[in-house]
Amino acid sequence: MTYKNFILVYIGLGENKKRDKKIHDDFIKKLIEHNIDDETQVIKAGAHKLCDTGTIVKVFPSNTLYKCSSREDISNIIEKHIIGGNTVSDLLYADHYREQIRVVMRNCGIIDPEAIGEYIARDGYAALEKVIFEMTADDVIEELKKSGIRGRGGAGFPTWKKWTFTKNVDSDMKYIICNADEGDPGAYMDRSTLEGDPHSILEAMTIAGHTTGASNGIIYIRAEYPLAIERLEIAIRQAKELGLLGDNILGSKFNFDIELRYGAGAFVCGEETALIASVEGKRGMPSPRPPFPAVKGLWGKPTIINNVETNANIPMIILKGGEWLASIGTEGSKGTKVFALTGKIRNTGLAEVPMGTTLREMIYDIGGGINNDKAFKAIQTGGPSGGLIPEEFMDTPIDYENLQNLGSIMGSGGMIVMDSDDCIVDIAKFYLKFSVDESCGKCAPCRIGGRTLLNMLTKISEGKGELSDIPQIKRVCKAMQKASLCGLGQAAPNPVLSALRHFEKEFKMHIEEKKCPAKKCIDLITYNILPDKCIGCTMCARACPVNAISGERQKIHVIDQNLCIKCGACLKACKFGAVSCQ
Amino acid sequence: MKKLTPKTIRAFREEQKAALYDNTKIRITIGMGSCGIAAGAEEALETFREEVANNDIKDVVIKQTGCIGLCYAEPTVEVQVPGMPTVVYGKVTADAARRIIDKHVIRKRLVNDLIFDNPTECAITL
Repeated sequence: MTYKNFILVYIGLGENKKRDKKIHDDFIKKLIEHNIDDETQVIKAGAHKLCDTGTIVKVFPSNTLYKCSSREDISNIIEKHIIGGNTVSDLLYADHYREQIRVVMRNCGIIDPEAIGEYIARDGYAALEKVIFEMTADDVIEELKKSGIRGRGGAGFPTWKKWTFTKNVDSDMKYIICNADEGDPGAYMDRSTLEGDPHSILEAMTIAGHTTGASNGIIYIRAEYPLAIERLEIAIRQAKELGLLGDNILGSKFNFDIELRYGAGAFVCGEETALIASVEGKRGMPSPRPPFPAVKGLWGKPTIINNVETNANIPMIILKGGEWLASIGTEGSKGTKVFALTGKIRNTGLAEVPMGTTLREMIYDIGGGINNDKAFKAIQTGGPSGGLIPEEFMDTPIDYENLQNLGSIMGSGGMIVMDSDDCIVDIAKFYLKFSVDESCGKCAPCRIGGRTLLNMLTKISEGKGELSDIPQIKRVCKAMQKASLCGLGQAAPNPVLSALRHFEKEFKMHIEEKKCPAKKCIDLITYNILPDKCIGCTMCARACPVNAISGERQKIHVIDQNLCIKCGACLKACKFGAVSCQ
Repeated sequence: MKKLTPKTIRAFREEQKAALYDNTKIRITIGMGSCGIAAGAEEALETFREEVANNDIKDVVIKQTGCIGLCYAEPTVEVQVPGMPTVVYGKVTADAARRIIDKHVIRKRLVNDLIFDNPTECAITL
C-alpha cells in the first residue's frame, strides 16, 4: 500500500507544541472518520518558524501550505482538498513562510561541490561565456552598476567602482584577489559558500579578470578552513581540465589562473592593505590609503579585492541582469545578504534574506525566537567592528545605512543574539578584547587606545568604576575612530560606544550600585545560602570545587566568601532554591 | 576530458542537467559542509551506503552537498523518492538513517519527527 497524499504538521515549540500535536491527532481522527487513512499519511515535522495564531500544515503532492486553527479547518482541508482536490483559499498560508531568497547560496544543498558538471548544470560558467563572447568590459561594469551591489565584506563599497578604477589603470600586470579571510566571531557564511559552491567564486574572479584585464587571481583563505581549501583545490583542478581556467579559456585568447594563499588567522589581514602585505610575504600590517589597492595594490599593481559573498553574486548579475538584483532589497542596499544567526537563539544557522528584512523577522521568524523563552536583550551585528542593537530597534529594516545609524555595521553578516543572562559591560569587554588582541600595533591610537579602553571597562566590571569613566571612555573611542590607521582600530570602539549608547543605565548600575543585573561580573556578585531554605543535604558542599562551603548533614550550610570563586556550581547543585546570587 | 568551447559547453550542460534533475531516481543528498561533518554527516553517509547495499536498492544516487543553513538540525539529508514529497530530514544519526531507508525509501512513507523545513525551496532559486 502506498500513500497518495501526505500532510505535514509542523510542530512548534513551547506552548504551541501541545496545540500542534492536537491538530496532528485530529487530522488522523478525521481521516479515519472518512475512511481514507490508508491513502493519506499525517506526519509530524519540526518547525523552524513560530506561528502563534495557528498550526502550519503542508499538503503534498500539491505542496500547499495552510494555517489551521480549528477542527473546522481540518474538516475543510480534508473534505475540500484531500477528497475534493480543490485548494482551500481561506486557509492558505503562502508567501510569509518563505522569507529567504537564495542568490549567494543558490547551489548550496543542491549540487555536489566536488562535481563541476553539477555546477555547469545549474548554469555555471554560462556567465563567463557571456562575458567573454558577448559583452564588453563596459557592459559588465554597467550591469554591476545597475545591480547596485556593494561589497559584502563589511564596508559596503560599490563593487562597480572598484572594478572601474582597476580597469582604467594602464598596467602590464593586474591582480584579482578574493578575500576569504573570514574572521568575525560567529560569522561563517563565506566558509559555507566556499564549501558548498566553490566554482561560483572561481567563475566570478575569472569574470573580474576578463573585465579589468587581469590574468592572475589569488584566493586569500584562512588555514583554519581545510575543507574549503580542499574543495577549492578540487574545483581549480576541474576547471583547468575543462578549459574554464588557465590558458585559452573556452577556446578564447583569454588566460586566467587562480592560486590559493593561506592566511594564518590574523583578524587584521581581512583589511585589504594588510591582506596584500600578507600575500607579499610581509607581516600583515595595514598601510595608509590612498593609494587604494584598486590602483596600486599587490606588488604595486592594480588589484581588485572582493569578498567571497560579493563574488558569489556576480555570475547571477551577469546572467539575470543588474536590474534583476536591483529589484531585491532596499533603496541603498540591493540584493540579499547571508547572515549567520548564533547566540541565544533556537535555530542557529545561515539565512539568506533580502536586504531590508527586519531584525525581528530574523530572530523570530527565521531564528525561531530566543532559547528557553528568555527575554531578548540585544543583537550584535558586524562582529568586533559592529555594535549592539537593543529591542526598541528590532523593527528596523536591515541595510548598510540603518545599521550604521544605530552605531553598528553590516559587517560580514554575523548576528549574535543576547538574552537577559548576558551582561552588556562584559560583552563590550569581550569584543574590545578581541580587537585589542588582534591589533597589529603599528599605529598608536589603536594600540594604546584599545588597551586604555579595555582597562577602563575592566575597572567597571570589577566594581571600581567611577562616573567620570564614561565620558573618558567616549573620548578615547572618538580618538580611536578618528586617528587609527585602518578599519580595525577605527571600528574597535563600536561595540563599546553602541553599548554605552543603548545601555548606559546598565553601565551606571555597575558603577553606582556596584551591581551586575545579568550576574556575570564575578566581582559584583556574591553567593549566599538562605538559612530558611537550606535543609543541609550537602549537595552544594560536594559540588563546590574549592571547598568553600561548610556545614554538617541536616544543618544549615555556609559559604566562606574569602574562598568562594563564584563559579555558580552550588546554585546549580541546590535542588531547594536555597542558594542565592546577588 | 576535452576542453570545453562555447559549442561544446551547451551540450555538456544539457547532459549534466538531465542527470542532475533525473526524477526517476531515488536521491539522498547529505549536507557535508564543516558543520554537517562535525555533527556526524560522514557516519550518516556511510550508513546510507551500507543500507542501500544491504537492501539491494536500485537506482539510488547518494551524494554530498554544501551546508543548507540549518545548523541546529545537522546533519541534514534531503530525500527524494519518485512519487513522494521531497523532504529534508534533520539530526540524521546512523539510526535515523536506517529508519529513513526502511520507512521512506523502502516502504514509501515519511518518517515522523525528523523532517525539518526545506530552505532551498524558497522564493527565488535558479
